[in-house]
Amino acid sequence: MNKEDQNTEKNPIEEILRMDRMPHIWCPGCGIGTVVTSFAEALRKEKYDLDKIAIVSGIGCTGRVAGYTKLDSFHTTHGRAIPFATGLKLAKPDTKVVVFSGDGDISGIGGNHLIHAARRNMDLVVICVNNFNYAMTGGQVAATTPKDANASTAPYGNFENAFNLPYITEAAGATYVARWTALHLRRVTKSIQEALNKRGFSFIEVITPCVTLYARRNRLGDGLNLLKYYYDMSEIQHGADTRTLDISYQGKLIVGKFVDKEKPTFLDAMNKHLSSVLGDKYQLYGDNND
Amino acid sequence: MKKSKADPKGVLTGSHFMDGDYALAEGGLAAGCRYFGGYPITPSTETAERFSERIPYVGGVFIQMEDELGSIASLIGAVWGGKKAMTVTSGPGFSLMMENIGLACMMETPLVIANVQRGGPSTGLPTLTGQQDMMQARWGSHGDYEIIALSPDSPQECFDLTIEAFNLSETYRVPVFVMTDECIGHMHEKVVIPPAEEIELVERKWYKGPKNKYLPYKNDTDGIPFMVKVGDGYRFHTTGLTRDERGYPLLNAECQATCVSHLIDKIKDNADKIIHLKETDIDNAEILVMSYGITSRVSIKAVQEAKKTGIKVGTMQLKTVWPFPEKRIKELAGKVKAIVFPEINAGQVVLEAERVVGDKCKVVSVPHYGGWVHNPEDILNAIKEAAK
Ligand SMILES: Cc1ncc(C[n+]2csc(CCOP(=O)(O)OP(=O)(O)O)c2C)c(N)n1
Ligand code: SF4
Ligand SMILES: [Mg+2]
Repeated sequence: MNKEDQNTEKNPIEEILRMDRMPHIWCPGCGIGTVVTSFAEALRKEKYDLDKIAIVSGIGCTGRVAGYTKLDSFHTTHGRAIPFATGLKLAKPDTKVVVFSGDGDISGIGGNHLIHAARRNMDLVVICVNNFNYAMTGGQVAATTPKDANASTAPYGNFENAFNLPYITEAAGATYVARWTALHLRRVTKSIQEALNKRGFSFIEVITPCVTLYARRNRLGDGLNLLKYYYDMSEIQHGADTRTLDISYQGKLIVGKFVDKEKPTFLDAMNKHLSSVLGDKYQLYGDNND
Repeated sequence: MKKSKADPKGVLTGSHFMDGDYALAEGGLAAGCRYFGGYPITPSTETAERFSERIPYVGGVFIQMEDELGSIASLIGAVWGGKKAMTVTSGPGFSLMMENIGLACMMETPLVIANVQRGGPSTGLPTLTGQQDMMQARWGSHGDYEIIALSPDSPQECFDLTIEAFNLSETYRVPVFVMTDECIGHMHEKVVIPPAEEIELVERKWYKGPKNKYLPYKNDTDGIPFMVKVGDGYRFHTTGLTRDERGYPLLNAECQATCVSHLIDKIKDNADKIIHLKETDIDNAEILVMSYGITSRVSIKAVQEAKKTGIKVGTMQLKTVWPFPEKRIKELAGKVKAIVFPEINAGQVVLEAERVVGDKCKVVSVPHYGGWVHNPEDILNAIKEAAK
C-alpha cells in the first residue's frame, strides 16, 4: 500500500484531532464525542482551511473539546469562552472562531456573555452541548435541567424552570439558531457548515446524553439508549417559534433550524458607523490591521 | 529581546495638560496597544473614554464589555490574536478580574491592566483615593505566581510607566499592573509625549521556526518561551490547566513544580532588570522614607521639613512595587536607623519591608485608611519619632 492510500484510510476525524492526546477522558457512551465527529465532518466537507479556524472552550466535560482538536485551541476558564473568543475574533478578524462548550459553561456561569455576544452579533459560532447538567463536577442541577429531573444537588427533583436556549439567543440577537440531538449527526454537521459560512452570531444547541451522571441518576439507560431516545422523541420543525421550545423532562424535543437571517456583525457595524461619522480620518479596521 | 520604535499613529507628540487617566490611555496607544476591552468604573472611566475617542484614528478596537470578567477574558483572547491589549479598572472591577488574571499568568499572556485605586473594601469610596489593592495585585488570584506592578506618581509617569508596563509584559510574558490611584487619575498636569522615534518598544517574542516544531511552553535560552498567534498555521494548544511544554494538560506534582516554579522564577530571577527605583539623598541618610505612587509626592513635603530640623533623610520611590526590591532594601537596612513607610492602606507593602530587613533596622508603618492622602505632618512626626 502506498502512502497516499494509507492516508485515505485514516478516519477523517483524525485530521482535526490531537491523536497524541488520545485516549480522551470522556466516559464510554458519552455523547460529546459524537458532536465532535459532526464538527470534524463539517470542516472536512467544507474543506475548511484548518489554519484559519480557532476553537475556544470553557470548563467542563465539553470544555475539554478544545484540548483534543488540532486547531489553534484554547481551554479557558469556566464561563469565559465567549468573551475570550470575542477578543480573539476582534484581534484577528480573518480567523473563524468557534466556541465549543457545555450548557452550564455557556448559559449558566457564562450566560451574561452569551446574551451580549448575541446582542452585538459577534461573528462567532457557538456549539453548546446540552447534557442537562453540570457533568464535570458530578451531575449537579443546571440552568438547563428540566423540571422534575433529578440531579446531585436536586436530589428530590428539580423545581426550577429551565432555560429555553434558542428562545434566549434569538431574543438577544443571534442570526443563526438551531437545535439538534447528538444522533442527528448529518443535521448537526450541516448546521455547523451553515454557521461556518455565516457572518454573525450562530448558536447551535446539541442535546447530548451524559450517561454516567444524568442518565444513571434518572435511570434512563445507557448512552446508546438515551441517544436513541432523544432522537426518537425529537420532532423537526424548521422555523418553529422559539417561544415554544421549552424542554420538559423526557418529553418531546422540538429540533431544527429556527433562525437564519442577515444582520451586520459587530465589526461591520463599527466600520460602517465610524466611517460615516468620521469620514476619511477613520482607520478602517479589519484583516489588515496586524 | 527585539526592540522597535513606536508607531507614530498612536503617539500624540507634544506637551499636553492632561489627567492621569488620559495619560494611561496615551501611554497605551504610544506603546502600540490596539485592543481595549473595559467596563466603566470610577475613578478609572476616563481612560476607557479616551481610548474610545482615540482608537478610531489609530486602527484598533475598543469594546465596552458586559462586565470585568468579560473585559479581562477578551484581552487574553486579543493577545493570542496578535494584538497588544490593555484594560483599566478600579477596586470592584479588579476583584472581578482575578480569576482570569490567573489564566493570563498560566498562559503566559502579556497584557497591561491599570488600576486607578479607590478606597475599599467593597464599594467603599468610589470617588476617593486609596492604595489598598497592592497585595491583591500581587496575589489576588488563586495559586502561586508572580506578576509585575508599577506605580506612577504623576500623570507624566502614568504615560511613561504604561509604556514600560507594555515592554515588561512582552519581555517576560506576564500581566503587568499600573497601580495608580484616584488622586493621580484625576490630577491635571503637564504631560510631555516625545516623538515616536524616541519611544523604544519591546516586540513580542515571535516564534519563527518550523511549524511542526513549535512548543508553546518550551523556554528559550533567556527562560521565556516564544509566542505565536492564531491563524498562522501552528495549530497550537494552551490551557489554564497545569501543562507541559506542548501546552497539553499534565496533572501531576512534577509538572506542577516545573510549571509553577517557572512562573515565579522568570520574575524573581530577573528582578534586578525589572526593578525601577528613584532614590534621593541615600548616602548619609539615617532615615529612609519609602513610598510609591501619590504618597511619594506627599512625602516630599514631610522630608523637606524633617531636613530643616537636621534629620538626614533619604527617599526611595518604588516605581516598581512588585517584584519587591529586596536586595536594595537589605543593603540599605544595614546603613539606616529606620525605614518610614507611608501608604494609603492599613500597611500592606510595608510588611514586605519588615520581612526583608528583619532586625537590621526599625520599620515604621504610616497607615492611612483612604479617602484622602496623608497629612504630611503625620509622615513628619513618624520621621522625627524614628530618628530619636
Ligand atoms: C469559577 C468556577 N466555578 C466552578 C467550577 C467547577 N466546574 C467545573 S466544570 C463545571 C460545570 C460544567 O458544566 P457544563 O458546562 O454543563 O459542562 P459538562 O461537564 O456538563 O459538559 C463546574 C461547575 C470551575 N471550574 N470554575
Ligand atoms: S460525565 Fe457525562 S458528560 Fe462527562 S464524559 Fe461522562 S458521560 Fe460525558
Ligand atoms: Mg453540561
